[in-house]
Amino acid sequence: MFNKQAMAGLSLLAVGALALAGCGSGGSESSGTDADGNITLTIATFNEFGYDDLLDEYMSLNPGIKVVEKKAATSNEARDNMNTRLAAGSGLADVEAIEMDWLPELMQYADQFVDLSSDSVTDRWPEFKSAPATTADGKLIGYGTDAGPEAVCYRADLFEQAGLPTDREEVAELLDGDWDNYFKVGKQFVDATGIPWYDSATGTYQGMLNQIENPFENDDDSVIPLESNKTIRATYDTILNQSEDGLSAGLSQWSEDWVNAFQNDGFATMLCPPWMLGVVEGNAAGVDGWDVAPVFPGGGGNWGGSYLTVPTQGSHQAEAQALAEWLTAPEQQIKAFQTKGNFPSQLEALDDPALLEYTNEFFNDAPIGQIYSDMSKEIEISPYKGTNFFAITTVVTDALTRVDVDKTDDADSSWDKALSEFNQLGLE
Amino acid sequence: MSRRDRLGRLDFVLSPYLYIAPFFIVFAITGLYPLLYTAWVSFHKWHLIGGDQGFNGLDNYVTVLQQPNFWIALRNTFSIFLLSSVPQIMLAILIAYVLDTNLRAKTFWRMGVLLPYVVAPVAVSIIFSKLFADQSGMVNAILGHLGLGPIGWHSSAFWSHIAIANMVNFRWTGYNALIILAAMQAIPRELYEAATVDGAGRLRQFWSVTIPQLRSTIMFVVINSTIGGLQIFDEPRMFDTMGNGGADNQWLTLTMYLYQLGWGPQKSFGRASAVAWILFLIILLFASLSFLLTRRIASSGTEPARDTRRRRRGRARAINRTAAGHTTAGHTTEGALS
Repeated sequence: MFNKQAMAGLSLLAVGALALAGCGSGGSESSGTDADGNITLTIATFNEFGYDDLLDEYMSLNPGIKVVEKKAATSNEARDNMNTRLAAGSGLADVEAIEMDWLPELMQYADQFVDLSSDSVTDRWPEFKSAPATTADGKLIGYGTDAGPEAVCYRADLFEQAGLPTDREEVAELLDGDWDNYFKVGKQFVDATGIPWYDSATGTYQGMLNQIENPFENDDDSVIPLESNKTIRATYDTILNQSEDGLSAGLSQWSEDWVNAFQNDGFATMLCPPWMLGVVEGNAAGVDGWDVAPVFPGGGGNWGGSYLTVPTQGSHQAEAQALAEWLTAPEQQIKAFQTKGNFPSQLEALDDPALLEYTNEFFNDAPIGQIYSDMSKEIEISPYKGTNFFAITTVVTDALTRVDVDKTDDADSSWDKALSEFNQLGLE
Repeated sequence: MSRRDRLGRLDFVLSPYLYIAPFFIVFAITGLYPLLYTAWVSFHKWHLIGGDQGFNGLDNYVTVLQQPNFWIALRNTFSIFLLSSVPQIMLAILIAYVLDTNLRAKTFWRMGVLLPYVVAPVAVSIIFSKLFADQSGMVNAILGHLGLGPIGWHSSAFWSHIAIANMVNFRWTGYNALIILAAMQAIPRELYEAATVDGAGRLRQFWSVTIPQLRSTIMFVVINSTIGGLQIFDEPRMFDTMGNGGADNQWLTLTMYLYQLGWGPQKSFGRASAVAWILFLIILLFASLSFLLTRRIASSGTEPARDTRRRRRGRARAINRTAAGHTTAGHTTEGALS
């Protein structure tokens, strides 16, 4: 009899314990100080930052500090994790890596991040890298890690077929100028070969978008109504005219069809930040002729890149800031570049001989260190991306996809749908 | 009463409740609390990171119901649900029936049908995205060989639903088949012997013995897949690389819409909660609907013991009607099958 009750009591206890375990497990492994005064710092990254050896080095340079890296497989996973824990007010790592694209949203909560500006880091980065992470009153919330200065990747063998020059310097000369020139050469190429000129309308649109100073929002974060946004409408029309002329391969980037198109001569050129080289190399394995031309239509442009932030939730903010500062210093950026190809964003690192002498075998031994270092200096505009940048740009890229990929709409009807989607966003 | 007796009495009264208590405690923490909290959030303007920004009554519900995308998502959800659940359950019953016959290496086949269920949805999506790629996919290649035009698996709403339903069926058909198989094996073999003696063929036995005997199991499977089907998220989200349900919202489902509201650009936790509650109510409604529907379908055969009261009433009515001079022809079929 007692046994039964004891059992019942036990089961209740067990349930309670389960519930407690469920609540408590999140925080236990995170940062703290042990009995000897040693500090454990956590750093959350995603994909591949190339930090494995660097963290070991940091620990041997700083006795008493242990650094644990938490890697998320994809940036989306890291982003969800970050948003949820920011909302919950706890559970973030001492140093959190973020992508450039998240900045517009995170800047609204700048008070959740430590101000990282100091004399030792002023003028470390080019304007296009530091400006998006700086608030109106001069607070810096992230240290720039890698950057994405764009160049043009092209298929030299297909160029030859079309009777165009194949040498990367000559190609750069051929494509030098504005977007109209890029499309004009494309038309010539398509007429000669019947092969599309570039991979996707949305990818090309992104390249053009990153050269517009205020694509969707004014500097005071007020939204430009899509209906009266002439710049975007003009860009939209220009892109879709090229689709009509057969310049676009009509693929959606990252899709199965896009990946396969690398293997069957699906297109001749694509816009290429340094991190894209690995993607091209992987998708086009066994295909000869890829090369990188040191040119970008309409001036330079930046696509992607990351930052290290220090959330105010952490209990060792000063130590975390020191770690982030060290990891983003020129010497360490060069080491990360050598391990995983993350292109440095530090001005000083751009002139490092180790970078400038770097070549890539797959791209016909192109001196990509030198090329991207040069392209990085071409970037003049860092577009203002405010709170609603993402919401609006998705509406426009969807409109492009409907015409260029799905082919279920024409330019005008798809634009009308975009306007209605824009209104549904209910932006104030 | 002695102390021992009193304890005994207490044990008798309380123990059953204590035994079932763990479930209810766990449910209250992990199920009921989030449910009620979501309801609370849905009546507030609530930003994912910014938090509570004040009570706004039914605003979230009204806003959501006015958005065309909500209705598109609702349409897609039901379309995918019907395209997957209906063939899935029919196929599951058939597979279970085949597995129930005298096969060699039974365990091998039974394990086999469960294999797809073990594969992670993400892996399934990768395989199916290769099959259903618009230009370079295998399915379109085969269709091409048959002289049929390529299908726009990602551009057309209907075909995208078919492709997604295929992913769902791939995963769940075997799982349901095993549940149904377990129920099939519990059917008394005497019923089949009696049916054979009565001269019923295989098909007749299947319709008149197997299906009616499976009634409650089918009901369970149908309601289960109603709940799961209306919450579908993984498969449509993995259907392309963007995860937004297509450029024209071709395969945007309600849970994806909820996710977009809460974690997408709007970060409106209030609106997302409102959608969660609307979805909850829809599921309640449709679970009861499918309950009633399966009851009807499965009881069109006979079931000896359970319906006696209704049958008695029916018979009484029939007798009354005969007395009033009406024909009873319609009612004789009921007895004919038993």
